[in-house]
Parts: sequence; C-alpha cells; structure tokens
Amino acid sequence: MELHYLYGLLGGLIIGTAAAVLLLINGKIMGASGILGSIADGSAEGSDRREKLAFLGGLIGAPALVALFFGAGSTNLTTNVVVIIAAGLLVGIGTRIANGCTSGHGVCGISRLSIRGIVATVFYLLAGGIVMVLFRHVLGVI
Amino acid sequence: MRMFASALAGALFGLGLMLSGMTDTTRVQGWLDIFGAWDPTLAFVLGGAILPMAVAWRMTRRFASPILGTAFPPPPQHKLGRNVVVGSTLFGMGWGLAGLCPGPALASLSWGGWGGALFLLAMVAGMVVTPPLRRRFALFA
Repeated sequence: MELHYLYGLLGGLIIGTAAAVLLLINGKIMGASGILGSIADGSAEGSDRREKLAFLGGLIGAPALVALFFGAGSTNLTTNVVVIIAAGLLVGIGTRIANGCTSGHGVCGISRLSIRGIVATVFYLLAGGIVMVLFRHVLGVI
Repeated sequence: MRMFASALAGALFGLGLMLSGMTDTTRVQGWLDIFGAWDPTLAFVLGGAILPMAVAWRMTRRFASPILGTAFPPPPQHKLGRNVVVGSTLFGMGWGLAGLCPGPALASLSWGGWGGALFLLAMVAGMVVTPPLRRRFALFA
C-alpha cells in the first residue's frame, strides 16, 4: 500500500474521532460549513457561539502549530484568481443551501446511514467529477 | 468544559485533515479526476472517518444523554428536498474547481497564502449572503 493511502486512513480515523468527541461529549454534529456559516452570519449565539468559536480555534490553531514546528508542505491551490473566487462562492452558497458539506453530510451523515447525507455525497462527488472533466480535460482551465 | 471538548474536536479535525492530505488540493482533485492520474486516497480518508463515527452513533443509543450535554441530535431526516441536490451540486462544482472544502480551507489558513485566504473570504461571503437571499426569494425551501 502506498504511504499516502495509509496517511489518508490514519487521518480519516482522527477526523472520525474528532466528530465522535463532539457527538458523545457535547451532543453536536461536526459540520464545518454549518459551524463557520453560523458564526459568520451571526446566527450562533451565547454558549453555542463560544463553543463554535473554540472549535474553529482548534481547527485553525492545531494545524498552524504543527506547520510552525514541522512544516506543512503546500496546499497547491491554483493561482487563478477568478477560479479561486468562483470556487469559494460556489462552496459557500452550495453548503448553505444543502445544509452541510463533506464533514456534516459525508462523515456524520453516511455513518448514521442518513439518506440526505448519502444523496448529498453522491451529488457533490458527481458534480466535482463533471467539473474536473469539463474544466481540466475539455477547457484546460484547472 | 464543553468549550474544551469543542476545541479538542476542532484540533483533532484539523490534524486529521492535515495528516490525511486533504489540505493538499492535488490530492482532492486527483480523486475527482477519474480520467486523469486517479488518486484513491480520499476513499481511505472518508472510510477511515466513517468508522469511529458509526461506532459513536451506535453508542448514542446506549446512553441517555451526551457526557456534557442534555440531548443527542434528533434522528436523521429522510425527507429529501431539492435543496440537498441543488446545494450539493453547487458545492461539488466549487470543490472540484479549487480542491478545497470548508474544513481544509480553515485548517490550511496559516500556510495557504493569499490564495487560501481569498478562497476562505469568498466562501464566507457565499455563506453569509445565502440565508437572507433564500428567505427573501423563497429559494429551495
């Protein structure tokens, strides 16, 4: 097995453990888009808001600390400004309409056999694949 | 204490995303690019993440309440609206274009450079404008 498959599996187990911690201790579903979105638009209030801010602090802070001491490699994100902005807007709008992203629908939804989670995952994987074919292999943009 | 648990979950989530390679857009786009140099790593990540969560969901049936909370989330809604399909399709398009989704965009903030910050900014802008627009025009209700 190639090494990055192993890292993928180990990283995945840690991601699932993170979601399990939030569920079993606080009784919350780990959805990155919902947590960030409700902080950004001000809909999270009181102790819920403080808990979500703490989550975001850990999510940004822990990788930042590792990157500081061990290096982080690269995100390899495109430098095409139009693509970055369009992609960001689509991800932001899409996750809000679908009420979830890869963590909420993918990890937390599929693991409880939620029909919504499974359908959401199928559609974002399909859309991602189609965009890849169109924008990489037909248009050559990404 | 709940804040500490929340911060711990966020930290674990970020470290998992980093270790798994999900903060590297070539890995994500490599998974979506089935006609290119296909990279199956993301399947290992998703599979690995679902395992502990499947156990955790089963454990919620045995306990009356979360350790530091009053109630577990309600059972999943099996009613499918257009919003799940439309929203997930839009999200998938953006995810394919850039190779970033919300979790990794946040986790890689410290080393993602101006591009990562710009993506995050555009994503937050989309998240903020969508709920009032949906209410105003009764879109995908």
